[in-house]
Amino acid sequence: MSEDQKTPVEKLVTGIEGFDLIAQGGIPKGRTTLVSGTAGSAKTVFAAQFLAEGIRKDGAPGIFVTFEETPEDIRKNMLSMGWSIAEWEEQSLWRFVDTSPHPEIDVIETGEFDLGALLVRIEYAASQIGAQRIAIDSLGAIFSRFANTSIVRSELHRLASALKVMGVTVVITTERTQEYGEIARFGVEEFVADNVIILRNVLEDEKRRRTIEVLKFRGAGHQKGEYPFTVLPDQGVVVIPLSAIELKQRSSQARVTSGNVELDRMCGGGFFRDSLILASGATGCGKTLMTAEFISGGADNGERCLLLAYEESREQLIRNAIGWGIDFEKHERQGLLRVVCAYPESAGLEDHLIRMKREIDQFKPDRVAVDSVTALERVGSRNGFREFIISLASFVKHHEIPGLFTATTATLMGGPSITEAHFSSITDTIILLRYVEMLGEMRRGITVLKMRGSKHEKDIREYSIDEHGMHIGKPFRNVVGILSGKPEYLSREEADRMGNMFQD
Amino acid sequence: MNEYQKYLLKLYITGHTARSERAIKNLRNICAEDLGGKYEMRVIDILERPQLAEDEKILATPTLIKALPPPLRRIIGDLSDTEKVLVGLDLLPIDEK
Repeated sequence: MSEDQKTPVEKLVTGIEGFDLIAQGGIPKGRTTLVSGTAGSAKTVFAAQFLAEGIRKDGAPGIFVTFEETPEDIRKNMLSMGWSIAEWEEQSLWRFVDTSPHPEIDVIETGEFDLGALLVRIEYAASQIGAQRIAIDSLGAIFSRFANTSIVRSELHRLASALKVMGVTVVITTERTQEYGEIARFGVEEFVADNVIILRNVLEDEKRRRTIEVLKFRGAGHQKGEYPFTVLPDQGVVVIPLSAIELKQRSSQARVTSGNVELDRMCGGGFFRDSLILASGATGCGKTLMTAEFISGGADNGERCLLLAYEESREQLIRNAIGWGIDFEKHERQGLLRVVCAYPESAGLEDHLIRMKREIDQFKPDRVAVDSVTALERVGSRNGFREFIISLASFVKHHEIPGLFTATTATLMGGPSITEAHFSSITDTIILLRYVEMLGEMRRGITVLKMRGSKHEKDIREYSIDEHGMHIGKPFRNVVGILSGKPEYLSREEADRMGNMFQD
Repeated sequence: MNEYQKYLLKLYITGHTARSERAIKNLRNICAEDLGGKYEMRVIDILERPQLAEDEKILATPTLIKALPPPLRRIIGDLSDTEKVLVGLDLLPIDEK
């Protein structure tokens, strides 16, 4: 690892996905970092993962000091994360220092004592396997073991300074009673106050939302604020770095087809190759059709297309597409299309996000469509959804592929959706699909509201849908208020008069 | 264990500190006064034999383990409270503590 002279404190890459981004390179190397969280906040997983990633990525041996759970329990529980601790123990890459309680043995306390044995055992185990990482889980549990907590307190001080001398990188977990309050119970944070990470598991809008926050790293930088994370089987903690993702995408002038010739024309020659497109409209007005044309237009040019669908089943999608003259199955056979359908409620937002990212990473599409983003709105809390949108958008941008996202408006006649509110500033192109009531008849209108870096048509044009797909026709004339959902028909004279007002 | 009750006492210490010596002295006194000759006392310095601390999962020192007779008992501290130690060695009924 190269020493950066500008950084006073060297960092150790933990290997925990996403975490090293928000920690700006990992946790301070050779120091102790406190990880504090309430019950069920995934502290033990984090601690175990700290060792597991060290072993998997660098072959760095680690010591796991357990005050609470037995090694048997930890071995078993972590197997579901895909970490075979027993195997690592055989290879001397992992060693337990088991200080879990033995309820079957009576313990009597009389007079002064110290925790010298604990320190000796840690040092012994560390020297045996050449440990580079130590995880201690969890500090608070040791207080409940002894009546004389003032001794425990001073002994933990001694432990902390001894660990510092050892020069290994240590993660110590500890409990807290509230999500927002003092850092930890028993005031243990004072022992390792240099570096503190908080794990939260907050109930928000009746939904659990996990977040991680680097509270402080003494002498080292980190991202501030809470970042969502999830715990995945076969992977463990996955942090979603959101804004920490560097937006280094190059702006491309290359255009790709929207799959609809007229829409391409409205956009001044198609979508930009690395742009995000938001298509917003009421239910049934043709968003899925737009998605299908977008996908088919890509596949017809030999592009790899990924369709992530959250509103309809695969069968429905394929049937609908056939109704518009689009053969999804053909594209799939050519290996150019992958359709992933998921029921929004089947997972949490973070899990959906990670799955979407994984699909993109694995399939490596040239274009991706999500239909609809709004369907996922109900899975998470408001904050969680906002973060989800931003994270997904940054991820797609990062891959420099066009992404078409659809959003369903709350009312039939239009109006803004939450998706729009969060999405509009990060999307490059916004297309509105609207029902237009005119003279007792329902018609449909499409307009390109925004197109970053390009000229585009400003008209609201009428379109119709038949077995060949979407047909964009002439602009609506003499109608105002389409976008607000309250169209009004203007008389010819009034339209002329208003037109004249803005003439040069 | 149908022969006469023999006590096997293991005292774990971390180095020969003042506290360790105090524990050893206290234990010797108790053994001499209350156990007669029916005991075997071992002092284990875990600085010298860390594996033994690992095997017994010792956390604090001094720790006195009453290995025999059953039940297994652990007494933590410098053993300065003789009554408590006697309770731990089942030489005093528990309700007297």
